[in-house]
Amino acid sequence: MLTEIRIAGFGGQGVILSAHVLGRAAAIGQGGYATMTQNYGPEARGGAASAALVVSDEPILYPYLTEPDILVVMSQEAYSRFTPELKEGGVLIVERDLVHMDSKALGRRVYSIPATRIAEELGKKMVLNVVMVGFLCAITKAVDREACREAVSDSVPSRFKELNLNAFDRGYDYGIELLKTNPEPTRQGSVSHVELESANW
Amino acid sequence: MTHANPNSVLTGTHFMNGDAACCEGLLAAGARFAAGYPITPSTEVVERFAARTPKTGGLFIQMEDELAASIAIQGMVWAGEKSFTVTSGPGFSLMMEHIGYAAMTETPCVFVDVQRGGPSTGLPTLPAQGDMMQARFGSHGDYLTIALVPDSPQECFDLAVESMNLAERFRIPVMFMMDECVGHMTEKVVIPPAEQIPVYPRRRTTKKPGEYLPFAPGEDLVPEMAHAGEGHGLFVTGLTHDDRGYPLMNPAQQHKLVNRLFDKILRAADDLVMVEEEGMEDAEAVVICYGITSRVARRGIQLAREKGHKVGLMRLKCVWPFPEKLVHGLAGRMKAIVVPELNLGQVVLEVERCAAGQCRVIRLPHAGGTVHKPADIVAAIERGMA
Repeated sequence: MLTEIRIAGFGGQGVILSAHVLGRAAAIGQGGYATMTQNYGPEARGGAASAALVVSDEPILYPYLTEPDILVVMSQEAYSRFTPELKEGGVLIVERDLVHMDSKALGRRVYSIPATRIAEELGKKMVLNVVMVGFLCAITKAVDREACREAVSDSVPSRFKELNLNAFDRGYDYGIELLKTNPEPTRQGSVSHVELESANW
Repeated sequence: MTHANPNSVLTGTHFMNGDAACCEGLLAAGARFAAGYPITPSTEVVERFAARTPKTGGLFIQMEDELAASIAIQGMVWAGEKSFTVTSGPGFSLMMEHIGYAAMTETPCVFVDVQRGGPSTGLPTLPAQGDMMQARFGSHGDYLTIALVPDSPQECFDLAVESMNLAERFRIPVMFMMDECVGHMTEKVVIPPAEQIPVYPRRRTTKKPGEYLPFAPGEDLVPEMAHAGEGHGLFVTGLTHDDRGYPLMNPAQQHKLVNRLFDKILRAADDLVMVEEEGMEDAEAVVICYGITSRVARRGIQLAREKGHKVGLMRLKCVWPFPEKLVHGLAGRMKAIVVPELNLGQVVLEVERCAAGQCRVIRLPHAGGTVHKPADIVAAIERGMA
């Protein structure tokens, strides 16, 4: 089983780190395979950043994405640019306060989370990427939860370990709650206009 | 052979990119000096080296340009350390003169080229394999070189170790030909314990000053080395020189020296056949490939096999010297050889030469910027089988 994931946002949001954590969890924690590639603009901060991750239980040959199954967007620009390439019926995970959805999201299974606000509640806006990782983990099950927590803990400096694990858990729990109240956000695998409105909220 | 110094080996399982893995490989192989000038997509190699040296020992210098970097490393080799430099296409072009100098003065060192789209500044952040012929023929005059090509971060580690070992064994500049995709790609990299990493030590002479001739060849045609400041009164020059290293510029010495520079590698050519084969048992056609392109080729071969085509894969880990005998023999048994590469036809020229008309050779060029689509490989295989 091969899953293609794109994570995109501004430079500085930790887009690359979040893909790194997921890849590490899949390749080391779960003993599977993961290949991460990345695109970046020339700017150090604030430009567009995106990371592409392929996870599989077999060795990965083609290194890039062909038709992403999962798209995580943390900026409006990333949403506009990458949503069209997301597979029909694919999972679209959005940062609720940073992305306003339009008709491009139609036909995708949309899940949104106010990750920045949650990160701010935890005291550091920087950890929004790890909140997103936890949320993705709960929603898609693409990567095992424990492997993912371990990868978070191995990927951040030790003084930020607890903060990041909290961020992961908040995102994860948010995802589990959302699935309880709204197990399948779509009918026939696609979001409708009404649901799009409520997701934009 | 000795083995790696545990102090510089990051034993364990990592999720790391090819540039980082290359740096770790060179450190494990004993590199303690790097000089470079920053250029995408290669900078991460020396960035990491600079960050690691406080722990491993060693030194990194950012030089004023690539000419300086490529000669600084050679100074440090003669001062006693294993050294390398890292660059990409435009910088590689600037380094050509000193690659020839390293070949002529038999200075063991590694040139890492993380290839990007060219010519000129081309595509800084995107992959190509356009420097393959430059790695072989880039500097003026006649010399042979060894060029290794990794296809994954894991191999960026493994073959970086091998590059440094071969450089020391033959006392030549070895070209380590990565590409942007492999360099920036992050995957699992397993770094073994230090005692499992064989390291070729510097071929130091045991002869005393006065008895020692710095360029007198040993049995394998490679001279023993002494370092500056040890009392041997070394003289190192790019001019044609005698066994003492003193300029001796006449046709007889030129003939003797330049042929030896060739022969020390040609004699070992069979050791330098480093290929990975897959599905060759029943193959009627083969895809010959190297580096990142081989991963796409492998996917293409899977798809072609699903369609009933009997296709095998031969991946060259060492492109120079080119495995002439192997490809010649293969061409006699195959209907077709398909050669995908991220350039408009470089290594395929060698395949055509060695196949010598025995089978069809299908070129699959690509100007770079991304990799081939697996479907392109399938189509080329089908052209060959038709």
